[in-house]
Amino acid sequence: MIRVVVSAAPIDVGAEIVALDGLGGGAVATFTGLVRDDGGVGELLLEHYPGATEAALETLAAEAVARWKLAGAAVVHRVGVMTPGEPIVFVAACATHRSAALAACGFLIDRLKTDAPFWKRETRGGEARWVGERAGDHHAAAKWR
Amino acid sequence: MDVLYFAWVREGVGKAQERVDPPGDVVTVADLIDWLGHEVLRDKAKLRAAIDQRFVSLDTAIAGAREVAIFPPVTGG
Repeated sequence: MIRVVVSAAPIDVGAEIVALDGLGGGAVATFTGLVRDDGGVGELLLEHYPGATEAALETLAAEAVARWKLAGAAVVHRVGVMTPGEPIVFVAACATHRSAALAACGFLIDRLKTDAPFWKRETRGGEARWVGERAGDHHAAAKWR
Repeated sequence: MDVLYFAWVREGVGKAQERVDPPGDVVTVADLIDWLGHEVLRDKAKLRAAIDQRFVSLDTAIAGAREVAIFPPVTGG
């Protein structure tokens, strides 16, 4: 099972996890990214490239399923306007054992950061600023190649 | 072909997309960026691109492309 969702709707993390519980694997690993306050962020806007985003996430999920022989993988990313504390991204992997589930989960979030066309814009005190890329994200993604 | 812009590139260009018909000497994405002539596209080191929704380097040829997207480095997750 591959589940890819890009939506402005809030992410229901509980429901997403339950969906993977029913696949017959022995291990489900998940990662949830939350919007950070980072010392005064009032709101975060997520822009994306419709069509290309979903295709990139489908490719990543399929690669994870093939590489770790997963029973299922989920990649859910929110877009639009959100506030600190809200889930912005959720990835999960269901496998026979924990090592594959944990590794696949790490792969999905690390590679999503560099391979999917999303852009963040923070607003602090009424002033909006596009977020720059982080070199560390490329190092994290490169370790899976 | 359609040229799409995202994030601060879109804001700087002032539109999300435009249809263009570049001349034959515009071979690569970098050539296209120069030919488009938008001020916000001047520093190509800050730009990334996709052809028909796949990420490519700026030295990739645009021949046959239906859609070229120009945008800043991605910052999702």
